[in-house]
Amino acid sequence: MRAVEILAVLVVLVLCAVAIRRFRRSPDLGTEAERATFDTLHTASLAAPPLRDGLTPEGAQRAIRHLRTLLGTPAVALADGSRLLAWDGEGGHHQHQALRHAAGAIASGRTSVLDAAQIDGDEACGVLDCPLRSAVVAPLTSGDTVVGALIAYGGQASAALVRATGEVAMWVSTQIELAELDRSRTRAIEAEVRALRAQISPHFVYNSLAAIASFVRTDPERARELLLEFADFTRYAFRRGGEFTTLADELRNIERYLVLEQARFGDRLRVRLRVAPEVLPVAVPYLSVQPLVENAVRHGLQAKEGGGLITLGAADSGAEALIWVEDDGVGADPALIEKILAGQARGTESESVGLGNVDARLRQVFGDRFGLVVETAEGAGTKVSFRVPKYAPGVHAGPPAP
Amino acid sequence: MSAWIAVLVVCAATLGVGALGLRLSRTTSDFYVASRMVSPRWNASAIGGEYISGASFLGVAGLIFATGSDMLWYSIGYTAGYVVLLALVAAPLRRSGAYTLPDFAEIRLRSAAVRRTTAVLVVGIGWLYLLPQFVGAGLALRTATGAPGWVGTAIAVLVVVANVTAGGMRSVTFVQAFQYWLKLTAIALPIVLLLIVWHHDGAPSPAAVAGEAWVSPLSGDGDDHPLYRTYSLLLALLFGTMGLPHVLVRLYTNPDGQAARRTVLTVIALLGTFYLFPPLYAALGRVYAGDLLNSADSNDAMMLLLPGRMLGEPWGDLAAALLTAGAFAAFLSTSSGLTVSVAGVLSQDLLRGRWRASVSGFRVGAGLAVLVPATLSLLGVRTGLADTVTLAFALAASTFCPLLVLGIWWRGLTRTGALAGLITGGLLASVAVALTVSGAVEGGWPAALLGQPAAWTMPVAFAVMVGVSLATPRFRTPGVGTIMVRLHAPESLDLNRGDS
Repeated sequence: MRAVEILAVLVVLVLCAVAIRRFRRSPDLGTEAERATFDTLHTASLAAPPLRDGLTPEGAQRAIRHLRTLLGTPAVALADGSRLLAWDGEGGHHQHQALRHAAGAIASGRTSVLDAAQIDGDEACGVLDCPLRSAVVAPLTSGDTVVGALIAYGGQASAALVRATGEVAMWVSTQIELAELDRSRTRAIEAEVRALRAQISPHFVYNSLAAIASFVRTDPERARELLLEFADFTRYAFRRGGEFTTLADELRNIERYLVLEQARFGDRLRVRLRVAPEVLPVAVPYLSVQPLVENAVRHGLQAKEGGGLITLGAADSGAEALIWVEDDGVGADPALIEKILAGQARGTESESVGLGNVDARLRQVFGDRFGLVVETAEGAGTKVSFRVPKYAPGVHAGPPAP
Repeated sequence: MSAWIAVLVVCAATLGVGALGLRLSRTTSDFYVASRMVSPRWNASAIGGEYISGASFLGVAGLIFATGSDMLWYSIGYTAGYVVLLALVAAPLRRSGAYTLPDFAEIRLRSAAVRRTTAVLVVGIGWLYLLPQFVGAGLALRTATGAPGWVGTAIAVLVVVANVTAGGMRSVTFVQAFQYWLKLTAIALPIVLLLIVWHHDGAPSPAAVAGEAWVSPLSGDGDDHPLYRTYSLLLALLFGTMGLPHVLVRLYTNPDGQAARRTVLTVIALLGTFYLFPPLYAALGRVYAGDLLNSADSNDAMMLLLPGRMLGEPWGDLAAALLTAGAFAAFLSTSSGLTVSVAGVLSQDLLRGRWRASVSGFRVGAGLAVLVPATLSLLGVRTGLADTVTLAFALAASTFCPLLVLGIWWRGLTRTGALAGLITGGLLASVAVALTVSGAVEGGWPAALLGQPAAWTMPVAFAVMVGVSLATPRFRTPGVGTIMVRLHAPESLDLNRGDS
């Protein structure tokens, strides 16, 4: 009984859906002229998507049918400076000459009209009733450069056809410019990614070398070890290929970093780790945790008497991992941190490079939900934390560090 | 009384460890120790701890006790599924970087529709697997203490929800690893006492008490078409293990594909050891507790009642308390693991708006994950524990097995093919499950085909997936070659895996 009821409900639902579609399909279609406008706009909208990749042979092939519908001529061709991109319509025996037809308009950048003799050129047209007795050639432009030409072949070139061809060419040019815009936007994003590559702070390089130098006379063996650590650290920081590493690798590099810092601070710098081993294989952008530790060392301890404690933690949280760095130092003004994360503070300190850069990279890779969270107040220490999804499309840890 | 104490201790320990879970992570100042990944051995124990559910703790012994030697396949199948997992899935799945099955579907097929379908199936399998856990918790407590059945279910539900929403013990590998050894101890210690008593009684043979039919295979004691049922069961168990959400997320904890393989290999040894014991209980039950036969509830409870009949005070009571504790630990750990997996998938893929992929969304997901099976079990859906678990396996074998096996080993799989196969296999198996659980079909071939559906639903799902994929070659994933390199090439090789 119940199955029958459910079936009945389903049938009614389907009928409703069909009825609604029917009603929406048959609105008042308007006058003849309005319908013509709709048709033209519709054809134009069909031609637009293939052209959004720019003037490519594939896009041109797919768009040209619609362009011929717009112009209503026997044949239409699209060419760029070096080749015929697409041809649609009758008179295929003129196809190989299309590039020559386009050359004039491409060179001059102005619409030109060719007569039958100019279409035939050196070789006479063998077809008696060839429909292509004239051609209107309109240049396609992107910005200030001419990138190709639209050729409309017809029986007799009329002023209307010249105007229509010019307008369609203008419309195609707009689409090509939009494609160009798309490409430059992609390039801008890529450049931003490159600019956001992990950075190590110049202060750290300088301070480390100074600390190593101080050991060269008194404890050459230690100085040598520190130099090797420094070499390993820079190799990790400057490595190319792969944006991501495992949390385990990042931790190992933080160890190198802390060894170098401890050469400067000695016992004043204490570190505690609280790491859930489950999250060690998680992929993180490399040098995403180290700047936070560096920030904790610099702003948490340096300004404070008697040194301090840095806690570095990682915990499992369902499909995400939670990573945090905490110090018991002097803290900071929350308003300042807010500005740094918003990218507004061109801080005098390198702090802005570290936090802002990590925050931007995390958001870019994982989305805006995954930025840094900073909890701090003057004199109350600082805790910086962030979440990383265990799986994100396209995010894979590179090969382990040597 | 001692059973109450055992249950309370297990619950308190579970909650306590869950609350303090973080402290069990490595707190140290030694980077070398802190950045060492979980070793395959620990990981394998953790998988074992989460995998051995209450259903297999009590249910397998109950089934063998009631039906006879055919049911030994349960013991074998629950373990042997990991052989298939090891050979076909473990390392490629780890290398893919997927954390859950929907992740894998997205990596391999780049399709949101397949991802969502997979998510729905994960939730379905999770619910089906959780149902017998909650039923079993009620049963165990009723048997041990005489409390009404809903009390045990309610306790289990509350502990699991509290535990999972408060942060979850399941994240802590070492706790789950400990659970395995707890369960092994709980099942192994009492049997030593029981075997001593049995030996003292002159070692009576179960065959002599139970009769030939119980001992000889395919005797069809109680069920029609034993041969079909056996093969179908084996297919479900062998190919369903790879689709269990709470097992797969543990592969992610391994550093690389090789470690994943080593982990699964160790799991086989650990589970093999554990599943030696339920048949022993079943055989002894046949000798000493033959009067408990012929009701699904008392079959599953046999193991808890056996020590009381064989041993005097106080040993019988203590052994029963230990078994109850083990069973309850099994219910809790498996349910927690499943709930976390299902909640993750719910909040990640199926919830909308502000619940999507947020902490509060995860809590809502955990509530939903528990609510449905808990309601069903309180409403009185009663089937044998191991039977219901097998249906979850059958559903997994008819959906995720084709997706994983074809996705990993055949570049021709297309997203339409995968979708068609998942939906076909999922619908067929779910209908079979629904009809079986509701008890609509009785006896004969229909009951056999619906009660053990894997033997026909799985081949159909495979055939649909392959057929539709061959018919729609233009929906192949672009760059499938690179994806295959990622899945199959060892991590140490410097190859193009599609990273920029």
